[in-house]
Amino acid sequence: MPYDLQVNGQAHRVDVPDDMPLLWILRDVIGLTGTKFGCGIAQCGVCTVHLDGKPVRSCVLPVAAVGPRAITTVEGVGETPQGRAVQQAWLAVEVIQCGYCQSGQIMSAAALLGRNPRPDDAAIDAAMAGNICRCGTYPRIRAAIKKAAGLPTEHV
Amino acid sequence: MPTRQHGPHAPAYGLIEPDDLSIPSRRRFLIAGALMMGFAGSQKAWAQAKGLGEQPTLRAITPGGPDKGAAFAGFAPGGFIRIPREGKVTFIIPSVEMGQGIYTGQAMMMAEELEVAFDQVEVSAAPPDEKLYSQPILKSQATGGSTSTRGAWKPMRQAAAAARTMLIAAAAQRWHVAPDQCFADQGRVYCRTNGQSLPYGALLDAVAGQPVPQNVPLKKPGQFKLIGRSPQRLDTPAKTDGSAIFGIDVRVPGMKIAALDICPVPGGRLKRLNDKGARLVPGVVDVLRTSNAVAVVGDHFWAAYKGLQALEVEWDQGPRANVNTKGIREALVNAADTRKPIVGGVIGDADRAMADAARTIEATYDLPFLAHATMEPVNATVHVRPDGCDIWVGTQAPTAAQGQVAKLLGMRPEQVMVYNQYLGGGFGRRLVPEHIVQAADFARQVPYPLKVIQTREQDIRHDLFRPAYHDRIAAGLNGDGLPVVLTDRITGGSVLGDYLSPGLPDGTIDTDAIEGAAETPYAIPTVRVDWIRENAPVKVNWWRGVGPTHNVFVIESFLDECAHAVGQDPVTYRLKMLANNPRSRNVLKVAARQAGWGKSLPPRSGMGVSLHDSFGSHVALVCEVHVTPAGIVQLRRLTAAVDVGVAINPNSVIAQIEGGVVFGLSAALFNEVTFTDGRVDQGNFNDYRQIRINEVPPFSVKLVESEEEPGGIGESGTVSAAPALTNAIFAATGVRLRKLPIDRELLMEKGVGDNVIGGTAGVAAALTRAVLP
Repeated sequence: MPYDLQVNGQAHRVDVPDDMPLLWILRDVIGLTGTKFGCGIAQCGVCTVHLDGKPVRSCVLPVAAVGPRAITTVEGVGETPQGRAVQQAWLAVEVIQCGYCQSGQIMSAAALLGRNPRPDDAAIDAAMAGNICRCGTYPRIRAAIKKAAGLPTEHV
Repeated sequence: MPTRQHGPHAPAYGLIEPDDLSIPSRRRFLIAGALMMGFAGSQKAWAQAKGLGEQPTLRAITPGGPDKGAAFAGFAPGGFIRIPREGKVTFIIPSVEMGQGIYTGQAMMMAEELEVAFDQVEVSAAPPDEKLYSQPILKSQATGGSTSTRGAWKPMRQAAAAARTMLIAAAAQRWHVAPDQCFADQGRVYCRTNGQSLPYGALLDAVAGQPVPQNVPLKKPGQFKLIGRSPQRLDTPAKTDGSAIFGIDVRVPGMKIAALDICPVPGGRLKRLNDKGARLVPGVVDVLRTSNAVAVVGDHFWAAYKGLQALEVEWDQGPRANVNTKGIREALVNAADTRKPIVGGVIGDADRAMADAARTIEATYDLPFLAHATMEPVNATVHVRPDGCDIWVGTQAPTAAQGQVAKLLGMRPEQVMVYNQYLGGGFGRRLVPEHIVQAADFARQVPYPLKVIQTREQDIRHDLFRPAYHDRIAAGLNGDGLPVVLTDRITGGSVLGDYLSPGLPDGTIDTDAIEGAAETPYAIPTVRVDWIRENAPVKVNWWRGVGPTHNVFVIESFLDECAHAVGQDPVTYRLKMLANNPRSRNVLKVAARQAGWGKSLPPRSGMGVSLHDSFGSHVALVCEVHVTPAGIVQLRRLTAAVDVGVAINPNSVIAQIEGGVVFGLSAALFNEVTFTDGRVDQGNFNDYRQIRINEVPPFSVKLVESEEEPGGIGESGTVSAAPALTNAIFAATGVRLRKLPIDRELLMEKGVGDNVIGGTAGVAAALTRAVLP
């Protein structure tokens, strides 16, 4: 069935099954591979994208549920002020190791700053606990979110 | 396509085609054929060189590139360095980038001696070629065991220093001055007498005639411009905007994507398959089978995955269908009771020292099987053609992948090309190419490139696991309470035996099984460490921290037991055994001081420490925890002190300690792989849970200044984690945990269990068992 999707400001018409998760449309149909596959059951967060600025796990989001909402992926999030600030802070703090989870981390962090420009530790925990990082970059993720928000941080 | 020719000088690290340095998608189509011939040629040259007794040293670096027919027109001194007429210098990095920052670290080593600024360099993954890229410590082109920095430290700097010397000589010749009147800096050669300068790219013709210098002196620590600083990592910018390509992200023209159904019991076979339903699923293009798996191939992963649901499959479960964790555990204990051990390390007469000791103490420790659970599930994209095979994958062992796939396909290794990509985590998972061979086994049935992706459940259930262990440790203490003798009898499977292709002969010690126990940081006069090989019917593999992760947990927990048994402070107790080990002594003191060791803490809170010298580095970790009445362990603060010798990129060293510790804590707190009827019980992050950001406390890492040779660091933090954690739990609760992962029920306050989980009787009994004698 054909769907018209708005991805990073661009229109894409895709002809896919109704139950196909957005993740695989982004990766295998549209060719945006920055959004990752990790668990397939919304446990790890590496597939996080934004729908109208809100974070969703694209691995369990059927295309039929997307509707007219604007999709933003890690490839496009740098066009938003929060996304740009997060990406810059991620580099300044040198958060990233293997990097596989970081698209999702960056998307969750950018969405957090979109709704809470000055998050405290509890707010960071609440927003980021759905994103697993096996390299253990959590202390730096916390520091980088604070840096992106212009808050003081004790790390690095 | 140009054929590779080699002169009388065999290349030190060989040469790859320049197009191989460009983007992966371009490489594959333009150059694969030429590469194969290139490798064949270089192997011949290697054989000649070997005949002359040459090793991959500077001697074999030939100016201008050894192969005149190659398309690369720049200066190619050996296998690591490519200097073009214009643009950035490319360093070809033999170690794979899996998050540890080695692309940056090895590039920094070479940039330092080549005298180029770090924004003048870029890196490329080395192609598979043992002759050119075999790593001196592992003696193989593989990345693991925290060996990449140590292995590269001398040869890479030597290669770059020789190249710099040749460029300086070329410029001096051009200016008719003595080379000592010239110097190099930021990619240019300068002349002190005439004031002129030339970029390296302008010296390519002149450099071709320069002799290859021998024994160029390397810089001393005080002379470093780049080493010891922390420039932006080369790989991280592309990892912030989604442009970095991991193995799973590779897209090649005509590619199809496969989802698998794999026999749930290893060793089982496909018995019956009805694929009619699957073939009717829109987007499904093929259904393929091997002896123990079925692949549904689709235009996209979702079609393939939907097709899987429509398969009717019956498996012959095979001989391992009765494998259960309980049986494996019993076999380990039985082996420890009855079997004769293989001696690992002996100093003195342990039996006699034990008999003479003022006091003896002993304990038994048990460790679980562990999966790797890299964030990127294993995958491989394979294109088998009549004349060769291309593989796009992130692997820690590109030549092993090449060789095993070649064997499967009946090809020569040089017909199989591996295009290594970023690895979405390694941790040992990607040292064994089983899943790559599996992908090739499907791909050879079709003409198109095939990407095979395992689901998270398959990645965990069909992993090769860190072995389970059952260890019996004992010490004899002197009148001051210090150990005068330590014995450690380790029982478990052999990773080395599974990893080495001929296996490990019976009666041979597996050095990995005893690493971290046979040698400790401490001066203990009499030691006996031995090993009983008890291979479970489960395939095992390297896991982050390898031998030391297992053994240091036992040693550091047990020494903590000894300290408490004689009423001594665990830090002071360790310091008394470190008189001859100033580096370890220092990190222990620094970590304790930074952590505020000894300060008073709230009830059910405590600090624990661990110390080890693994991979050439010295690491002390203090972990502070609070244990809730319900037995939940809350991490409060982590403090590490590290002496890695020269820290090439200090920020990366700190990051590896942070990440390695968190990785180890996650496993110690939560992880165990268990088996029921031959099947792995865990499958995804719901039941193989990982630590999350809300569970990780503030973490400070103190790097100790040092000019010693650099040690490895990628696994050190993982080694430190579990014993510091359980020692802290003991300090907080008085409960000694001798089995991982931690058992929360053992940590409940008496009576609390009535209201939480289970009954008090079991908890009380467990507490009685667990608390120190």
